[in-house]
Amino acid sequence: MAKRKTTRMALTGNEAMAFAMKQINPDVVAAYPITPATQIVELFSKYVADGEVDTEFVPVESEHSAMSACVGASAAGARVMTGTASQGLALMHEILYIASALRLPITMCVVNRTLSAPINIHCDHSDTMGSRDAGWIQIYTENVQEAYASTIVGVKTAEKANLPVMVTTDGFVLSHSMESLDVFDDQDVREFLGQRKPLYNVLDVDNPITVGPLDLQDYFFEHKRGQIEAIFEAKKHIYDAHREFAEFFGIELPVFMEPYRLDDAEYAIVVLGSSAGTGKEVIDNLRDEKGMKVGLLRLRIFRPFPYEELQQVLGKVKYLAVMDRADSLNTMGGPVATEIARALYHLSERPIIHSFVYGLGGRDVPPENFYEVIEKMQWIAAGNTPDRMVTYVGVRE
Amino acid sequence: MPAPKERKWDELKGWKELAEISPGAIVPGVPTSPEYLTGDWRVERPVWDEDKCTHCLLCWVFCPEDAIMLNISEDGKVVKMIGIDYDYCKGCGICVRACPPKIHALEMAPEEV
Repeated sequence: MAKRKTTRMALTGNEAMAFAMKQINPDVVAAYPITPATQIVELFSKYVADGEVDTEFVPVESEHSAMSACVGASAAGARVMTGTASQGLALMHEILYIASALRLPITMCVVNRTLSAPINIHCDHSDTMGSRDAGWIQIYTENVQEAYASTIVGVKTAEKANLPVMVTTDGFVLSHSMESLDVFDDQDVREFLGQRKPLYNVLDVDNPITVGPLDLQDYFFEHKRGQIEAIFEAKKHIYDAHREFAEFFGIELPVFMEPYRLDDAEYAIVVLGSSAGTGKEVIDNLRDEKGMKVGLLRLRIFRPFPYEELQQVLGKVKYLAVMDRADSLNTMGGPVATEIARALYHLSERPIIHSFVYGLGGRDVPPENFYEVIEKMQWIAAGNTPDRMVTYVGVRE
Repeated sequence: MPAPKERKWDELKGWKELAEISPGAIVPGVPTSPEYLTGDWRVERPVWDEDKCTHCLLCWVFCPEDAIMLNISEDGKVVKMIGIDYDYCKGCGICVRACPPKIHALEMAPEEV
């Protein structure tokens, strides 16, 4: 039961994220449009034009400039947000590292879309997976309700951890699909977030500082080590932000992950984003109609990687299928599979893991994909060894 | 200009202290560039011959590092070159080119290791 007033609305993922941004009322938004994220900043610019927010909106000439403007504004103490996708995120790449290393809590709505070539505007996770080592916290959402709430809690998380946060939705699957969702009141969102308390402020003329100076062999490693420690500490801030969200609004979000019928599971699937909804349906069918001990784990926060939590919930599983909507082109499959294998490797009791890559370039993800994954794991359980560490699901041979 | 300090490895700060005093690798306080002794980049050094120098100060005008040291008289009317600040001189040789050929008060010499 929600502690605060909620209103039922019907919104697409992009509309919901733009609406959350309106309620957050950031000081600065600098953005450049890109499919399928265009509507987020387009709708937000309408809120600016209509005087519904106090935001300084900077329509820049590229995503590289968008993130650069966000870095400058955030270093000046502003609450800063932006949105992008795919090639736009790729063009931001070098500034992503600067935002995190300068400890700037920028919150960015990212609509997952594949990367060229061939050119394609539809969903997979190769864009944000390509940013996985940029020092950003990454939150992947399953539905529009969660995308809305995660945008709000994302700002809280960023400003507690003093690290930037990406909140993602699956392109078109969520960004352009209308769902009914409960939204909070503007003033409740603003009260929940309060004022940002920056680590430093480049405009504080009484305490002058230098931001982003040359840092060579004698000090770079120490500064980088400090940033790395911030990612270790981010875990606590993520839990705190989500607990405060639950206490304030009376609505609980899964934090790092959402285990689904996993308690006694012998077979389990790990998956991110909207595909988890389809996967849960398959798990229900296999459990309720065939009596199979199968479960699913939806990984919600990929950065920082919740290895301890994963060890607890996946250690007892016998056969683990990790489904990545991105391929690392490393002949071992997707990045989530590789990292989960690393997380579980030194446990005395651990599952046999196989990587599955699915849904690239917006390929539809029907329940059959999940049945195929479970069948492959049964085949492995029967004593067979796959030729490769990865299987591609839903592609024509 | 503050006296240049020599840096010793074990006197440098560790990451834990830096995380407190310079989060995001900021540097508190300005200016901090005088602490960075760029003179150790030099592979050749300009050598000044005081006896030949006419104190035209062309070298001072062109030096990109402000490494030509001057003495200014109390009334501000007499300005004379007094040497080269090797803590910051990167050895670019611009002063040697700027020095009028007929005077030739500056010359490049190999840096001794």
